[in-house]
Amino acid sequence: MTKPLKTAVGVLLTAIMLFPVYWMINVSFTQDTDMRHDPPYLFPVHGTLEGYRAVLDQQLPYLGTSLFVGLGTVLLTLLISAPAGYSLAKLRPRGGGALSFVLLIAQMIPGIIMAMGFYAIYLRLGVLNSAAGLILADSTIAVPFGVLIFTAFMTGIPDELVDAALIDGASKWRTFVSVILPVSRNAVVTVSLFAFLWAWSDFVFATTLDGGGTEQPITLGIYRYIGNNNQQWNAIMATAVIASIPATLLLIAAQRYVAAGITAGAVKD
Amino acid sequence: MTVTSRAGAVASTVPARVPHRHRSGQWAAWAFLAPVVLYLVAFYAWPLYRNLDLSLRHYTVRSFVQGDALFSGGDNYAKVLTDPTFGPALWHTVVFTAASLAFQFSIGLALAVFFSQHFRLSATLRALFLVPWLLPLIVSASTWSWMLNSDSGIVNRALELAGLGPVNWLTSPDWALPSVIIANIWIGIPFNLVVLYSGLQAIPADLYEAAALDGASGWQRFWRVTFPLLRPVSAITLLLGLVYTLKVFDIIWIMTRGGPTDASTTFATWSYRLGFGNLLPAFGPGAAVGNLLIIMALVFGLLYIRIQRRQAT
Repeated sequence: MTKPLKTAVGVLLTAIMLFPVYWMINVSFTQDTDMRHDPPYLFPVHGTLEGYRAVLDQQLPYLGTSLFVGLGTVLLTLLISAPAGYSLAKLRPRGGGALSFVLLIAQMIPGIIMAMGFYAIYLRLGVLNSAAGLILADSTIAVPFGVLIFTAFMTGIPDELVDAALIDGASKWRTFVSVILPVSRNAVVTVSLFAFLWAWSDFVFATTLDGGGTEQPITLGIYRYIGNNNQQWNAIMATAVIASIPATLLLIAAQRYVAAGITAGAVKD
Repeated sequence: MTVTSRAGAVASTVPARVPHRHRSGQWAAWAFLAPVVLYLVAFYAWPLYRNLDLSLRHYTVRSFVQGDALFSGGDNYAKVLTDPTFGPALWHTVVFTAASLAFQFSIGLALAVFFSQHFRLSATLRALFLVPWLLPLIVSASTWSWMLNSDSGIVNRALELAGLGPVNWLTSPDWALPSVIIANIWIGIPFNLVVLYSGLQAIPADLYEAAALDGASGWQRFWRVTFPLLRPVSAITLLLGLVYTLKVFDIIWIMTRGGPTDASTTFATWSYRLGFGNLLPAFGPGAAVGNLLIIMALVFGLLYIRIQRRQAT
């Protein structure tokens, strides 16, 4: 195969792979009356924004909640996993290996089972249907991954850098805050990115722990749409398009971190 | 890629400095670990304990709130194992996982080999392939639902053009499971592509050159050089994929709710339906199904860790 031909094949394969995404966007602009047109319109010929108008009318509170939950999850995940990563990478705690092992196992527990346990606890504590409760639950997806990434990254920071700070009289905490964290920017970005994306996309915890009340995330907004007005597919798809915006932005802005995060989560210990 | 390669490169040359395990050093080390330890106890151990407790007691809605349910030993497990849904759910879990993995892996590997050839736009296109993996599952699942819609879905329209009859993808018992498998394969390809691609990058180029000099064809180079050298990464990709696929819940629930009549029910959706899907929740059996699922995930999870550790040394 010549190189231009390879590029052509690559473009074709990508087009096939992304067809569902294109179709989602196409349907989001299609008029209700054209939705069942035969043959289907491959482009939004009589394009309409009524789907997006419906989103603006009905889905803004859901989007707001999702944004809040996403940012809260990022913050909580960073607060817990960054110090842990520093300790495991540089301070050689006795039993650190066992803790890493526990975290690796924790990552593998199905969310639906965690959800059931959380439900039993939240019901008793009365924190069902709250954004705060959802943040706590969502962070369980990201914290083990965060510790793993921070540990791997901080192991790579030269010991001389840490030692120099300690010799200058800085405490371990001070070293962590003003030496380790600044040079760990890449790890912070990677962890934040995934924590946000996972919290934003979460459906399992949302539907079990946050299915009622006023603080529901966008995933439930879409889910209710599907359940309630089966016919208004342009509104459903418009919501789906809006819900995909964070993922798209992150991919554009931080593609190398995404690829790095996926690989590190899988292959690195 | 920079994050990984840097972390990975240094991880293998962990400094051989003699560890100073001063008592004060240990205090500091565990002070930094304290948040995560407390966190694990509060948000992992406790929910899992509650889940185990649920599965061992006879809960009704009233006792669920008040917490005075009677201990019932293995009753919930016995109930679940003899339930008519158990056999189908187990079978669907196995089929869903095996079919998803087989296709995700082979398509992902083919794409990884293709994209590692470095042509114009290859990096950009490879990045675009990540999109399905990054979309919220509810977005992917509802898009596929609409594409597979019996009356107006684009898939049936395309089949019609090809002269094939319409398929009731989501509403017929024969096609519900294949439908959710197709959607899940689509979502899983990017993960396999990215991990296998990074595995391919680690194979030294001169091996290919040597094989080419010896007159090996492209096909032979793949089977004799690429495939054997990629085996460690492949094993890890497949096992991790297995652990992730076992717990897939969102896609199936959103597309078919495990139906029609259990035709696409797996352990994950069954557990959810028992606990939350009915007006009268059966938390005990739901938790029991969940715990069986944990055991399945952990068996393969431990295997994954073992293989990964062995490769690291």
